[in-house]
Amino acid sequence: MPIEGYFDNFDKLTDAQIQVGLKEMGLTDPMPVQLLHFFQNLLQGDLGVSRRYRTNVPVTDILKTKIPISVELGSLSILVSLLFGLPLGILMANHKGKWPDRIGTAFIVFVQAVPAVVYFLFIQLYGTTLLGVPLLFKESDPLCWILPVFSMALGNTAYYAMWLRRYMVDESTKDYVKLAMAKGVPRSRIMSRHIFRNAMVPLVQYLPTSFLNTVIGSIYIESIYSIPGMGGLLVEVIKKNDNNMVQAIVLLYATVGVIGLLLGDILMTVFDPRISLARKGGMR
Amino acid sequence: MALFKPKSLQKLESAVEEHIKTTGMTEEQLFSFAEHDEEESEKTAYSNYSYWRSTWQSFKRNRIAVALVIVVTGILLFTFIQPFLPGQYDPNQVNNDPATGVQYRNIPPGDEFIFGTNSIGQDLWARIWAGTRNSMMIGLIVAAVEALIGIITGVLWGYVRSLDWFFTELYNILDNIPNTIILILISYIMKPGLFTLIFAMSLTRWIQMARFVRNQVMVIRDREYNLASRTLGTPAGKIITRNLLPYLVSVIMLRMALTVPEAIGSEVFITYIGLGLPTSIPSLGRLIDDGRELMMSASLRYQLIFPTVIVSIVTISFYIIGNAFSDAADPRNHV
Repeated sequence: MPIEGYFDNFDKLTDAQIQVGLKEMGLTDPMPVQLLHFFQNLLQGDLGVSRRYRTNVPVTDILKTKIPISVELGSLSILVSLLFGLPLGILMANHKGKWPDRIGTAFIVFVQAVPAVVYFLFIQLYGTTLLGVPLLFKESDPLCWILPVFSMALGNTAYYAMWLRRYMVDESTKDYVKLAMAKGVPRSRIMSRHIFRNAMVPLVQYLPTSFLNTVIGSIYIESIYSIPGMGGLLVEVIKKNDNNMVQAIVLLYATVGVIGLLLGDILMTVFDPRISLARKGGMR
Repeated sequence: MALFKPKSLQKLESAVEEHIKTTGMTEEQLFSFAEHDEEESEKTAYSNYSYWRSTWQSFKRNRIAVALVIVVTGILLFTFIQPFLPGQYDPNQVNNDPATGVQYRNIPPGDEFIFGTNSIGQDLWARIWAGTRNSMMIGLIVAAVEALIGIITGVLWGYVRSLDWFFTELYNILDNIPNTIILILISYIMKPGLFTLIFAMSLTRWIQMARFVRNQVMVIRDREYNLASRTLGTPAGKIITRNLLPYLVSVIMLRMALTVPEAIGSEVFITYIGLGLPTSIPSLGRLIDDGRELMMSASLRYQLIFPTVIVSIVTISFYIIGNAFSDAADPRNHV
């Protein structure tokens, strides 16, 4: 870690002062001792104090005010991406090889290949003038929520649409679909009751990844729109070299990511009774 | 002598007799060994199947992908040729107006500066090509490192049974930590620079490739032909390089092709959050970030648009080429 990240007035300090300061913080101790201290404090909910972002304010106090808005934004965007991604996938599977499919594929390729910040910036640039909202985020104005939520949802929308389309196309060649058609079940009913339901099961395994996408997306979106959440904060404290803050936020993000993956695995057993976590052998 | 002969035997005998009659050969001549003639034998079978030729044939059918290959090679070549063209500026040189000595700040695109200049008077055209070169190089190096480490560990993981446990646990640990978090952390702790960036990106990426290789190796390591090789005493190294790896080329190539746009995207991301390369090394991420700061004024927006267009072309091309190639390389799609 950069040493200057431990002091709020690094430039004015002499070498001796820096050494004393480091010693006071216990940073000259051997690595295992430091680690032990860190985990002891962590278990007591103490992540240290911020140095350069806000001098000597406990990190946990700062984070407390920032977490709710990030959670709100993230869950809204997942909702929106499900709301748009699933119908898009169904539409593409329904019109396989025709124009809706081609346009959808182009959209998916674009979203997946191009670095996210590129289209986020253009959405902000032209979207704000289109909607007539200020460039930066205001929590009280509901119009301000639209662009960040939709930008954040874009990646996952493409992701869901892509996999749902693929699984629906796979399912539609199976025998039970032929049987249903032979029985004279209407096409729309086959799509909704038979194909869609079966295609949803494998789709669940992509929930953890999409969860991670949202978490990472929040870093961009929140800092672009100056949303007072975790992601924006991370960028800010990195630029300010605040070691303790970076450490705490990265730890939090990693925890959220791991819990997300775990939840995804558990959810999969709910959706598909053939999968059981208790069974040994085989990996994800 | 058997009184009863099955019908098939009767048929065979009559066929042999007929053959003796028509060719005029004795029975002994007829049952001697024939000489192997390669040309003769290839006349009947569907032959000279070559994996790479078939792959190329199916790849060629995808017009868009072929066009994009040409575009990408063109861009890559041009980034190397561009500095040697006449009348080019150095990407890091701050250009001053010779008459007044003032920097050429934010000159719009025109004759003098093809893509204009940035806020401190550097030539955007030169910076964009240098940036594209650096970003693509980062992508290709990361892909190469990933392939190298991934293949070696993947083969070990799949081939040596006693190592399976160790690598599987390692995979479980590494795969559960989001890549981006590791990227941020490593870039924060180490000094920013080319090496840090490549190191941070390659640090955990290889495990995905290793897992891919491992799964394939597990599937084919106990096939009959490998079993035969082993019983005949072929050393393990030769089995791996001759029997296993050629089978995996398509998978490896696909992952490498997809790594390039991902690495470019990561570079853009890491520069955006302020941990990227120093300004003296132009990269697409740096250019986009510079452009972002000026995007509010419509007349300066060209500084954002040019790099984003290039980045989109490059990443989309690699993405489509990779997917088209994996379709083409799949033997099930061959003739």
